[in-house]
Order: sequence, then structure tokens, then C-alpha cells
Amino acid sequence: MIVGEQKPFEEVWNQVKHHKRLLVFGCNTCVAVCHQGGNKEAGVLASLLRMRATQDEVDIEIIDSGIERQCEHEFFERTEELVAGAEAVLSLACGIGVQFMAGKYPDTPIYPALNTTFLGDVPETGVFTEKCQACGDCVLGATGGVCPVSRCAKRVLNGPCGGSNKGMCEISKDTECAWQLVVERLERLGKLDDYEKVQPIKDWSKDRSGGPRSFRLEDFS
Amino acid sequence: MSATTTKSRLEQVLKSGHQAVTSECGPPRSSDAAHIIEKGELIKDHVDAINVTDNQTSVTRLCSLAACVHLKLKGLDPVLQMVVRDRNRIALQSDLLGAASFGISNVLCLSGDHQSFGDHPQAQNVFDLDSMQLVQTVRYMRDEQKFLSGDEIKTPPNMFVGAAANPFGDPFHIRVPRLAKKIAAGAEFIQTQCIYNLAKFELWMEGVRARGLHEKVYILAGITPMRSVGMARYLQKNVPGMDVPDELIERLKGVEKKKQSEEGITIAVESIQRLKEIEGVAGFHVMAIEWEEKVPEIVERSGLYPRPKVNG
Repeated sequence: MIVGEQKPFEEVWNQVKHHKRLLVFGCNTCVAVCHQGGNKEAGVLASLLRMRATQDEVDIEIIDSGIERQCEHEFFERTEELVAGAEAVLSLACGIGVQFMAGKYPDTPIYPALNTTFLGDVPETGVFTEKCQACGDCVLGATGGVCPVSRCAKRVLNGPCGGSNKGMCEISKDTECAWQLVVERLERLGKLDDYEKVQPIKDWSKDRSGGPRSFRLEDFS
Repeated sequence: MSATTTKSRLEQVLKSGHQAVTSECGPPRSSDAAHIIEKGELIKDHVDAINVTDNQTSVTRLCSLAACVHLKLKGLDPVLQMVVRDRNRIALQSDLLGAASFGISNVLCLSGDHQSFGDHPQAQNVFDLDSMQLVQTVRYMRDEQKFLSGDEIKTPPNMFVGAAANPFGDPFHIRVPRLAKKIAAGAEFIQTQCIYNLAKFELWMEGVRARGLHEKVYILAGITPMRSVGMARYLQKNVPGMDVPDELIERLKGVEKKKQSEEGITIAVESIQRLKEIEGVAGFHVMAIEWEEKVPEIVERSGLYPRPKVNG
């Protein structure tokens, strides 16, 4: 799923304080799981903004609401009026939701309340870790199910580099060395011989480098 | 191993059966190359080739390629260090052509330290290729006379291709397979991480010989003299992949402070003498960090001077 983190409150406040009627709008799927951008968090953020407005004697009407997903048209049906009536929207969605709304409501300023941080999982309650960079050409089959593109700071395809130290990465004692994990996993699967196969030079044109990516389901068009 | 393919003096020394000696210089953080030329002049008669680091520890410096050109013009045989951190395949291949156009005949392919260690931690990193794939790239350009795109290179870069190896990195049991992988990628010479734990290095070399890898690649053992007990402690604690045994620290501690650097040199000389006897050690890479003036003494005391004459 997509993981995001709320921007510092001051940054959020400075983006929106000059508006008169603001909709604080949650997105209740991915970013709700990490308790940063769901409809509940939208309510809390709206309260904090109202308190700040009162404190600074700023005249601003703040409404809070949310939908299941800000990245698809059908979810907006119930809230069309609410959005149409707002002077600006503070979206708690990821960057995708913010852009989807900006495209859908071309005359309304849409501000991000979150920094979209990564594609990750929830290994334990309250912990979120990056697991994918959407490189467009998955190598997990060759690396024992551990992604070196997202989990190695140098995204080396033939690791580990010289900075692997007792299972940890040179950049931080809290970051596991992805290649240590690859080796352990290959060993466990009885495939350590695969380690010696030189991974070919990657085609990064399928990554961000190749420009914005999209695809179309022919049956639906 | 194959016949000489390049104009590299290092390659000729190794292929004529001599134990080679290389050293290393770091370019300055300035556009004045005088400093690195001086360093080169200091050690030129005591080494076969000299590595020039590429923005080491991710700190911005005069580029490795330009520094290599300065040294080449002074008659040295430079080893162009190239990290894959800062340049994509277009820039790397372009720089290889540029280096070859100046007659630079050695390249050492490296990953590079992560930029978070350097002076621009906010920088984007590239890592289009990894170090092993850079080895493959240089070999492909040289041997197939093609760019990675498949386009023909009329005059390919004729480079002797090296890679680094760290016998002390984790996990230890893949360190021999990792060397095999670098050889499969096309590495012709290897310069190792600084060796302080000789017993562990010997264990690694046993594994190397068991697979006959020492017959497929020239292994230059990395030597860095300790200047003080403080330096030894720092390397032990703070540098990933560095194995400094407690005995070495105790030995330096047992010597009065003023004489610790001298003791460090003696330890380096003793290490070389012991390593010289190991089957499969093809030479030494003496990295005296910001202490290049000591290289001649280490080389002489280790019995590695004079250097053999070859048609470089």
C-alpha cells in the first residue's frame, strides 16, 4: 500500500490560512492504514486548524469530511456538493489523490496535507517499511523475494556492497542490508548457487526514467 | 591467464610474473592539481601504477579522470577509479572513452560510498549500473568493441579492468563466491580492502585457491599503515567492513605516542612480508591515506624495490 506522513503542522497551516472556506478531506484507504490520512485523521487535523485559526484570530470556516478513495471518480459522488462549496481543499490523500482532485476540480486549489513517503507493508502494528519502488521490471524471482531496488540504499543488483556490516547497511545501524537478506533467503531455499549468476544490467526505461507510465485495458475502452 | 591486452604497466608487471605494487592518491578539493602531481612524483619510482580515487567518501573533489590525466602526463600509470554512484551508463561510457583517449589504461570499478557520508547528503544517487555491471561494461566495450546499446565503437577503450574485494565484509561465506562473480563479470585484477586480520585473509585465500580463482585474477592485497592507536580504534569501530583485531590495537598502545606511526609502518611491512608468501597474492595495494610520503619506505623495507622495468 501507499504510505504517507502528515506534513509538519506549520507547513499545513501556512498553505491554507488565507482561505475563507476550507474542506479538510480524508482518504480512507491506504493512508488510513498508517493513521495519517484517513477520515478520522481529517477530523483531528480540522480541529487543530480551527484551534489555530481561533488563536491567530483568522476568519476561516473549516469543514471536515472524507471518502474511501480520492483516486477514482465513483467515490466522489456523495461529496460532490461539499467539494463544490469549498473555496479550497486540504487533501489527506497521497500525491495521487491530491492530483486526481486537482484534475477533477480545475478551479479549486487542492493542498497536500501529507508527504507521500513510500510503497510499503505493515510488518507489525504501527510500523511501516518500504518494500517496492515500482521499477516496472520486477526482479524478486531472482533475489529470493527480497527487493534490492527498494531496500538497498544503492539499489545494487549484484550485492552486497562493501558497506554491509553484521547484517546492517552502512547508512544506518537500523537499516537491514537487503543483500544479507537475499543471501540468507537463497540459502534457506537451497539456491545459493543462484547468487553467482550476474544479474544483467537493468532496463530503467520501465522505471520513472522512461517518463510517466500508464496502461489501458483494451476490453474496457 | 591471457596474454597482455592493454598498454597498462600494471598488467605487464603482473603478466611477467612479478608481484605488483600500486598505491593511491586522492585528488584535492580545488581546481589546483599541483598537490596530486606532487603526491604522484613522491611515489612514482616505487609503484607500478597509482589509483586515483573518485570523490571518495562522497566528498566533492577534482575529478578522478582529470587527475589521472595529470599523472599520465608525468609518466605515471594511473588507475582510474570509477564509482557508479554519480554517473549513469551514458556518462560512464563517455568517461571511459575520454580516459582512453589520454592513454589511461587501467580502471577500477566501484560502487562508491553512499552520499549520506559526504558533503552533499541531499544529492540524488544514480546507481544505473552496479560495480559488477560496470566491470561487464568495460569488458564489453573493449572486447566486443560496442557500446551497451550495441552500437559499434571504432576505437574502443583498451583498459585493464579491476574491481575491489572485501574479504572481511559480511556475510563472510559469500566472499569467495562474490569474487567468483566479479571474475565472471570480467575482472582481471582485484585490489582488496585493507588487511589487518591476516588470519581471516588467509582463510579467504584458502577458499579462493580451492576454487582456482587465484589463477583467473590477479589479487593485490590492500595495505594501509596505522598512524596512531586512535586511527586503529576509529577504523575498528566506525568503518564498515574493516576488521581490525584487538591485538593490533594493543601493540600500538604498547608503544609511546611519538613512535606509534613508526610502529604502524613496521606492522605494514611485516604484513606484506607475511602476505608475500601466500600463494595467489599477486601484489600489494599500498594505501597510505594522506601519508603518501611513507609509501617509498614501506615498499623498500618490504623488499619490493626496485620495481621491475617493463615496456609501459
